[in-house]
Amino acid sequence: MNARADYDLITQLVPERSRVLDLGCGDGELLRRLMDKGCTGTGVEIEPDQVLKAIRSGVSVIELDIDHQLDEFGDDSYDVVILSRTLQAVHKPMEVLAQIRRIAVHAVVSMPNFVQWRNRLRLLRGRMPISEDLPFEWFDTPNLHYTSIKDLEPLFATMGFKIDRRIPLDAKGHAHRAGNLGANLLASSALYLLHADR
Amino acid sequence: MSETRDNGPVHWTVETQTARLFDDSRPLVTSSGGVLHEVDVAFETYGELNSDRSNAVYICHALTGDAHAAGYHAGASRPGWWDNLIGPGKPVDTDRWFVVASNLLGGCSGTTGPSSTNPATGKPYGLDFPLLSVSDFVAVHRRLGEHLGIETWAAAVGGSLGGMQVLDWALSHPQDLRNAVIVAASSRLTAQNIAFSAVGRHAIMRDSQFHDGRFHEHGTSPDRGLSVARMMAHITYLSEEAFAEKFGRQAQSRELTRNFGVDFAVESYLEYQGQRFLSRFDALSYLYLSRAMDYFDVFADPDALALVTEDPVNFLVMSFDSDWRYSTKDSRRIVRHLEGARLPTTFREIPSPWGHDSFLLEIEPYHATIRAFLDRAWERR
Repeated sequence: MNARADYDLITQLVPERSRVLDLGCGDGELLRRLMDKGCTGTGVEIEPDQVLKAIRSGVSVIELDIDHQLDEFGDDSYDVVILSRTLQAVHKPMEVLAQIRRIAVHAVVSMPNFVQWRNRLRLLRGRMPISEDLPFEWFDTPNLHYTSIKDLEPLFATMGFKIDRRIPLDAKGHAHRAGNLGANLLASSALYLLHADR
Repeated sequence: MSETRDNGPVHWTVETQTARLFDDSRPLVTSSGGVLHEVDVAFETYGELNSDRSNAVYICHALTGDAHAAGYHAGASRPGWWDNLIGPGKPVDTDRWFVVASNLLGGCSGTTGPSSTNPATGKPYGLDFPLLSVSDFVAVHRRLGEHLGIETWAAAVGGSLGGMQVLDWALSHPQDLRNAVIVAASSRLTAQNIAFSAVGRHAIMRDSQFHDGRFHEHGTSPDRGLSVARMMAHITYLSEEAFAEKFGRQAQSRELTRNFGVDFAVESYLEYQGQRFLSRFDALSYLYLSRAMDYFDVFADPDALALVTEDPVNFLVMSFDSDWRYSTKDSRRIVRHLEGARLPTTFREIPSPWGHDSFLLEIEPYHATIRAFLDRAWERR
């Protein structure tokens, strides 16, 4: 999938000169773009090739396991934590969200929408959903959790986050033309700007 | 540096130089208050300093290293101790960087140390040599930079005690460094580490040939103690897995013969390491340098990060997963302090079965990381 379209959105959402922690930063492209905007920050990545690419591009990367080692970051040590297309692949989403809430007041979180209409059609035909946002076969997927937008948002509330913005995305990662209208049916994924209610 | 192609692979011939960096007109006052009126420093350089002096890289060695980090001395069959990392086209690429490596203050490979002659007495200093701190090593490195006309280093790179020097340097004089590479090091030794060092020093100081540190005057040296210290330290530099892989329970000869001599292969290896060490290392230097490590605790001062946060240095910190002497926990502590102070900090834990010794080995992801970090530093120099 073309990640750059949602990187555009995230780059716009994050205020200039913020201190940003990008969990699952990949090759560091998003952070590099944020750095061009005057932001500073750190990427977290565990895939060795990606870590090397990020270092080569001048992004500071800390190699650690998001599931178990977010304790390494201090309370309120960042302005914004980004968790882009990663929450579905962590072992315990509640623990990761609790850590994010501890590390920064603001968070940008995106997650694929399992019940987008194409996925529903595939399910009706008796097949598991495969889409640009869920590109993996069931036996070869890093994803551990599947949710709808309707089921995701109560978790944010439970974990003490207020939703400042919800941006439903199409399969290319652009803001969906329909906006929030029928997002649970139409959006391929959704991007949230959250703030810790504390 | 010159190139010869006599025996197939390219051999870079290098020479150790010596410079008197402190003298009567400008003595070195150590952090313990000691005064040294003569300090000579052995160093080597590789590559060429560019016209704006922006391509200098400092290599800091570990406990038993020396100035000969890379290339070959004339007629030598073995290269410098970090030759797999430093050289033309290597991660620390001498085609672009001007690399400086020096022997530590208190060392025994050309730089003034406790076995050097005390100009006041005409005899070796022995235990009259002042106690040293990592910050004293850094003070001498900085003076060498001055001597070479280098104000700012594009990077300082070091492993183990070398990494401690890089960390101390970056925190105490951040204006000197743009990048800092700290491998398999710690901001402070654990009690277990200090305990290992203590036993090593006891082996030396309890050797009947130690003579309260005046052994040179007696025409002898505490060889047994020094070799035992080295044997024990060597055990801590490898992982259990590395020992298992290298030796297992293998007999030195065809089969075990059951005696108190050297029967297992691992015993022979340690014996060899201990003996070989005697020809290149001095017992007094071992005491002074290992003691400097024990007292190092760079974040003990609550304002330790005040200077570097004003003048940020780009940090790369690395550990090896099987290193139990300077473990990932130690590196992560450094990272927590640096990252917590909002300094640009990169950290990797490199998988390697070889324990602490890994930092001296050619391990692909390790070298690739230094290469990526320094390639970026080159673009931003």
